[in-house]
Amino acid sequence: MQCPSRPVTSTPQRLRNPAQHATLSEIFSAKVTDGAGIGFALAHLSKTDKPLLWVQDRVSRRETGRPYLAGFPVPLSIIHVDVSRPADLLWAMEEGLRCGDLCGVIGEIWGDPPALDFTATKRLALRSEAQGVPAWLIRHAGHANLSAARLRWRIDGLPAMNHPYDAHAPGQPLWRAELFRARWQAPGEWVARHDGDTLHLEHGVEHPPLATKVV
Amino acid sequence: MTVKDKLPVLTFPNAPKDASSARAKPDQLALAIAALRGALEREAQTTAPPKSEAETDTPDSYSPVGEPRAWRDTPVPATTISTPPQKDKDALSRRITALYLPHFAMERWDRWAKQRGTESPADLPTALVCEGTHGPVIYATNRAADIAGVHKGARVVDMRALVPNLRVEFADIGGDGAALQKLSLWMRRWCPWTACDGPAGIVMDTTGSDHLFGGEPAMLRDIEERLAHLGLSAQLACAPTHGAAWALARRGGVRETCDAQQLMLRVSSLPVQSLRIDGPTVQLLGRLGLKAIGDLAAVPRISLARRFSRAPIAQNPLVRLDQMMGRLAEPMNAADDPPRFAVQARLPEAVQDPTHHLPALCVELCAQLETAGFGARRICVTVYRTDGEVSQISAATAQASRDPDHLRRLFDDKLEKIDPGFGFDLITLAATVVENMQITQNRLDGKEPTGAALAQMIDRLSARLGAKVVTRPHPHPSHIPERAEVWASALHAKPAPPMARVARPLKIFDHPEEVRVLYAVPEGPPAQFVWRKITYRVVRFAGPERIAPEWWKDMPGTRLRDYYHVENQTSQRLWLYREGVLGDDRGATPRWFVHGVFA
Repeated sequence: MQCPSRPVTSTPQRLRNPAQHATLSEIFSAKVTDGAGIGFALAHLSKTDKPLLWVQDRVSRRETGRPYLAGFPVPLSIIHVDVSRPADLLWAMEEGLRCGDLCGVIGEIWGDPPALDFTATKRLALRSEAQGVPAWLIRHAGHANLSAARLRWRIDGLPAMNHPYDAHAPGQPLWRAELFRARWQAPGEWVARHDGDTLHLEHGVEHPPLATKVV
Repeated sequence: MTVKDKLPVLTFPNAPKDASSARAKPDQLALAIAALRGALEREAQTTAPPKSEAETDTPDSYSPVGEPRAWRDTPVPATTISTPPQKDKDALSRRITALYLPHFAMERWDRWAKQRGTESPADLPTALVCEGTHGPVIYATNRAADIAGVHKGARVVDMRALVPNLRVEFADIGGDGAALQKLSLWMRRWCPWTACDGPAGIVMDTTGSDHLFGGEPAMLRDIEERLAHLGLSAQLACAPTHGAAWALARRGGVRETCDAQQLMLRVSSLPVQSLRIDGPTVQLLGRLGLKAIGDLAAVPRISLARRFSRAPIAQNPLVRLDQMMGRLAEPMNAADDPPRFAVQARLPEAVQDPTHHLPALCVELCAQLETAGFGARRICVTVYRTDGEVSQISAATAQASRDPDHLRRLFDDKLEKIDPGFGFDLITLAATVVENMQITQNRLDGKEPTGAALAQMIDRLSARLGAKVVTRPHPHPSHIPERAEVWASALHAKPAPPMARVARPLKIFDHPEEVRVLYAVPEGPPAQFVWRKITYRVVRFAGPERIAPEWWKDMPGTRLRDYYHVENQTSQRLWLYREGVLGDDRGATPRWFVHGVFA
């Protein structure tokens, strides 16, 4: 699977190690029910003792489900917070970012609530950078409006790689990762995959999947 | 707030207990204690070990039953038949204050009627009635009705004949009981142990509390005055035993205090009704010519014991007399134990907002905890309102903590929820649940030890958003996907490491969503499905993974599930399952559901 790159950029080295550059990233998806955005965010995390703070608003939870630990790419422990108001969600994320004993903070927010403005995202970004804890804001059904997030991604699913043992089965997932705004580098577009340890951002995958047929 | 005007402990129960059981318990408890002590004593006599001073265990400062140490050394008869033990001065070292609110029901009704503008003028005879065996009977009366000759227990029709302009209203007996219970909690501003005592009384253990209010007479005056502000008339008395205080509150002088030396002298002239015995027993004693308590005490004990050996405690004048004289223990059945660590702020005048007083209280409480080597797991702020009620908010911590800043922040957004009424003049901060807490060393690089910051974050999230909302998944040995993880409050223990990993989705739906499916064969994978009104074509699939129902847990007739990991033409990867198979005799055509989303 080849992915056109615009403009042509090198593989973003800084993005490979998010722990050193912990910051706030926003992730948008074309489809609400797509798990690609969550998978992409989780792919940044490596195995650690520190828990992950996962904040969801009620609509996101109802529409996209709640995290299921057994399916995580790396074994993690999570603290889940279920809130109903966007203001509470942002407050909970901020409280989490105040504490350095977390490996990351994921917030799933629905739509474009007024509480999620430039100030709120800037607060999150500054806290995240000060504490060294990466934060992801998953914007379900949201628009890329004004925001202080340092990295803004559009993540969509691509047909998965071939399963090594089963030609009919989907294998390792692939995502189309479009970085449309970044603070430290030029935007670009990659094919992203997680091979069990690290996240790889490439312009093309080594083994393109075989021609699929309808079952 | 000053340090000197500080009560040792004050409390407020988390859940008000059942009033009926609370009333029944102390009597049974008293008898049980007496029997147990008697048995122990008899055993001690048979074995007769030489008891040295060193063998007696050291007195602990905090006794959850609220029983002074002196009781333990007091010999108490095995049964009521044995001879009365020698009166021990220490047994009478407690100070019990009894309150009698003779017009509680009427005054409460009056206040309620005033709020609605339907109160009676003072000269209109008014009575509250309740249902009796032969029609309504008088339950409470106002002063005008008293003067007119209306008395309690009489039938309303008779009293109407006597006083034609009698105003009759129905009494709210349950409401009166609840109000008295609330009032008894509010009385804890004077002492830690308070309990309801019958339908119109409150009993307080004021041992060691009176000096905080300038001695017993001053304290009783203070109590009476504050109750008068609430519109309640009260009769009070303070005595070494519950029985004596009860009797003196009802039949003694105004705000009478009685010490251990005068006890016998003072109560001997009181009528036998003062013994908390029921009407028929009073009548019986009257027939025997025993009108006063002194007469009863003069009767040989053995004959009384023989006469009343099988009588329950409410009909047993001998047990009641022993209780009054301190020969028989009578524990107070308070609704809740007072907390061991508590501080309070007494304000010169009523305020509505406790925010500014909280930091100082937290510092003081944490100092107390630190001295004792404890940390708080649950703390609560109680305010004592000027309208005779208390209200309370509490917060919990995931790890024992005595960091004043942290404890204060747990109440940041909660103090608005406290109901201040028309203001309050006493704030209590209590650590209701405490845990041993070791002093932990900071790491060499100056950072705090790991885990502390995380626990504090969980506390703050749970305090503001609710403990049910902040959860952690705990692995559970089950193959049913939704049962494999149990979500429990993050305030509890850390979860165990997750189980062996299998192909599972990143997220699952709380309620699987039904989809309409086209398939080539009924037992096979779907070819096309409609989910949320959009038609998807299945491009690739893996499965099925069959998960059978747990017959030891599920209803009979629960169908198995065949899970498929499916990729559709829009590159979404979903987790679908078919509930049952065709022809399994457990229902019609199997239905399909979307249960989860893969990355």
